Amino acid sequence: MTGTRRKLVPYLLALPAWAWLALFFVTPLAGMLALSLSTGNVVSGFQQAFAVGNYLDGITTYGEQITRSLLYGGAATLVCLVLGFPVAYWIAFNGGKHKGTYLLLILLPFFVSFVLRTISWRFTLSDNGVVLGTLKSIGVLPSEFSVLNSAPAVVFGLAYNFLPFMVLPIYAVLERMDPRVVEAAYDLYAGRVQAFLRVILPMALPGVFAGGLMTFIPTSADYVNATVLGGTHNTMIGNIIQTQYLVNNAYPIAAALTFTLMALLLAGIFAYARALGTERVMEVQAK
Amino acid sequence: MLKLTGLGAAGLALSGCGIGGEGASGVDADDFWADKEETGHLRFANWPLYMDPDRTPLRKFTDATGITVDYHEDINENSSFAGEIQPRLANGDPIGYDLMVLTNGIELARFIALNYLAPLDHDRLPNFARHAGPSYKDPAFDPGNTYTVPYASGITGIAYNPDFVDREITSIADLWDPAFEGKVGMLADAQEIANFGLLANGVSPAESTEDDWEAAAGKLKEQRDAGIVRAYYEQDFIQPLTNGDVWLAMAWSGDIFQQNAEEGTNLKFVVPDEGATLWTDSLMLPLTSEAPVDAIQLMDFLFRPEIAADLTEYIGYVPPVPETEQLLADRAAEASGADREYLAELAGSPLVFPTEEDYAKLHSYVTLEPGEEDGFLSTFQAITQS
Amino acid sequence: MTTATTQPAAPRQVPPATPARPRRRIDWGKYVTWGVLAWLFVPIAFMIAFSFNDVAGRHNVRWEGFTLRWYGQAFAYPDLTRALLYSLAVAALTMLIAGAIGSLLGLALGRYRFSGKNSSNAVMFAAICAPEVVIGAALLSLFLLAGVTTGFTTIVIAHVMFSVSFVAITVRARAITLDPQLEEAARDLGAGPWATFRLVTLPALAPAIMAGGLLAFALSIDDYIITSFVSGEVTTFPLWIWGSTRVGIPPQVNVMGTLVFALGVLLAVINVILARRRR
Repeated sequence: MTGTRRKLVPYLLALPAWAWLALFFVTPLAGMLALSLSTGNVVSGFQQAFAVGNYLDGITTYGEQITRSLLYGGAATLVCLVLGFPVAYWIAFNGGKHKGTYLLLILLPFFVSFVLRTISWRFTLSDNGVVLGTLKSIGVLPSEFSVLNSAPAVVFGLAYNFLPFMVLPIYAVLERMDPRVVEAAYDLYAGRVQAFLRVILPMALPGVFAGGLMTFIPTSADYVNATVLGGTHNTMIGNIIQTQYLVNNAYPIAAALTFTLMALLLAGIFAYARALGTERVMEVQAK
Repeated sequence: MLKLTGLGAAGLALSGCGIGGEGASGVDADDFWADKEETGHLRFANWPLYMDPDRTPLRKFTDATGITVDYHEDINENSSFAGEIQPRLANGDPIGYDLMVLTNGIELARFIALNYLAPLDHDRLPNFARHAGPSYKDPAFDPGNTYTVPYASGITGIAYNPDFVDREITSIADLWDPAFEGKVGMLADAQEIANFGLLANGVSPAESTEDDWEAAAGKLKEQRDAGIVRAYYEQDFIQPLTNGDVWLAMAWSGDIFQQNAEEGTNLKFVVPDEGATLWTDSLMLPLTSEAPVDAIQLMDFLFRPEIAADLTEYIGYVPPVPETEQLLADRAAEASGADREYLAELAGSPLVFPTEEDYAKLHSYVTLEPGEEDGFLSTFQAITQS
Repeated sequence: MTTATTQPAAPRQVPPATPARPRRRIDWGKYVTWGVLAWLFVPIAFMIAFSFNDVAGRHNVRWEGFTLRWYGQAFAYPDLTRALLYSLAVAALTMLIAGAIGSLLGLALGRYRFSGKNSSNAVMFAAICAPEVVIGAALLSLFLLAGVTTGFTTIVIAHVMFSVSFVAITVRARAITLDPQLEEAARDLGAGPWATFRLVTLPALAPAIMAGGLLAFALSIDDYIITSFVSGEVTTFPLWIWGSTRVGIPPQVNVMGTLVFALGVLLAVINVILARRRR
């Protein structure tokens, strides 16, 4: 009796969230899949035609933007990792009793709306603004130097907006680590680098994996940063999808592009999991 | 988005309501208005910052008529707003608003073509008939003002910052000048940029053909690939123009006026030699308006010159009522200090009250048949979304 | 400069022969952390500074001098105020709902073995992977199909949907580390399942639940893209800002951004103080 009841427990716990996701995520997606295979337009209505051509059209027309999005997303993820790992590491091991404070400091800017933050960056990075203007006037930068409306501006804007998604998961795994293990490593190995590569990094890998996912996915599908901080030849696939949906009301092609993007991201995640050997990690997590 | 409706019942949404099919005629105004009655309340959807925060014109309207108004700044983009209300209009359902403001363009043309808008009863619009300027009556996008009356207009021209540009800018060709490499801002909107590409080629947008579009796109691509364009702005281009991130840009007249008036900047706005375009944000009633009688009363009320002057005082765009110019000048004479300065500047500004010479150079937009939209959009979006 | 001054000083202490332990080295991590924090706060600093800018109207572009005027007139735009209140209400509800059901799911996934776990993981991953435009558009089609008028409720539904997986993942990470023996011990001591949950499981998960809830709050108040699809007649704070960029962002936007930020700081400070007390 209690055995059966105990077996039911996880289902009962999971049920509300499952229902929510099934109703408001899976169902609409199925509808979108159907939409991506239909033909027509707003005026004449849309008919199901199993038009696989929508996918081909989308990929051939917007291949450049798709590639660029994955590149920008990858670059932003790398920036987040390079900056976020030391931060997570330092807070986890050297934060002492202020750990919570540091984490909150990392999260605080995110109480300011994403749109507002991004617009504020555009303002901050202005050619003659307080930052660049000052550096130029003291001769650190040449007067024609500019950042705004370029690929780096978009990548750093993306990295800025999604940095906590990298820091928090890495911090979460490092924080659980016994600092004595690291100390033992220092005692046994010659250098810092080795201790890092052989002890810390492998243990931090699940966090890096989670953080990588949580930054790469939203950054490569974003369009606000490219709109506000980008210039010519910086358009991402998110911009195209948004335009096709909301400006052109070309739903089938927009839906097809959306599914293409999702498929690419899923494939990327899979390859990434393999490369990092995190299948094992996920198994560990599953236990 | 709605299109699942279309999926389930191919085209049912349209044909079911008697608004599909070739050559279906619109709803007759007399039929529409025959059984409509005042409800004492209406809901008005407008753009953010398109009326003073105290809603002075609406208060005066309520005082005058007893009709209360729910005012919502819910329109951020023509396309997304249209996408949001379209399915409800297609189903013949109320959209939650009785009166709304859209810009002339693809969405408005589509709404008119699909008969989503209520035909106006001009007997109920005496102030419009009496006070609206001739340039704002009978526009190309809505002949005879069958469905719309203007709310505010603006010119898309060229603005430049004289702190950085040391010569007078007079023509669209200046936007192609390699001297301004990386310092030119263009608008991202397909219709806006198409207009400038066409005008640069000496073609009048309203009379352009598909071949002209291709040529204009080629011209614009040349400008982009030469590195002259810094960015295609979907949104606020005032900040980069003021800061010097761009030196000259396609711009909307009212924004330049406001920026100069409020921050004392010295941005210049020109109607270029090749011509520029006049756009209009118009008031209209969805066919499913639940308070059309109240809404049309407000529509007409906004054409009372003193009310139009209130609106113009705040938004700084071109009012459809020419008498406001004198009214604002009078108000300036009565006011003092900063208010006086502002009102005088407003009444005297060619950006708010364009000169005859400027009007002569203004063009209408490209008129698109429903079947041409896709080709037009993809031609010009390929420029801006590279 | 020749001989007189070249007298060697008193013999210095010879550095120890053994290299210093890594701990004694320059603390690069600290500099990087502070550097990153500085980076994070640059645009915020500008936003705050320009909430004090003495401009004449709604184009807040150049520094014109200091004023407190905009704080007095913070609520001069009724629609902006309403938008902010909507955003806060949506975020609070999202935090509660997604926090509750997401934590339960996270607990189930981290603590139990059961079939359906893999598909659940897959759906959660997909929900996180799904670009925001997809979620927004797909949800709107669903609402239309079901004849639901979009508005406040649909925004909350959407926000809960996209944040629930984040909460679940956060809580799952914690639940995995729970020692099952603790719960068993509690049961052995005669605690019922509810008491065990309340007295043992819940306190152990509390930090993760709080973190997940805060994450949900932050995700919700931040969201522009999905909201723009399912908002109907409701305009949230980010939507209003995006709309106003067409005509110029008034200083009140900076004021409200600053106030919300200050609220965050306040919460953080309270949190820190409480954490100290608990120790």
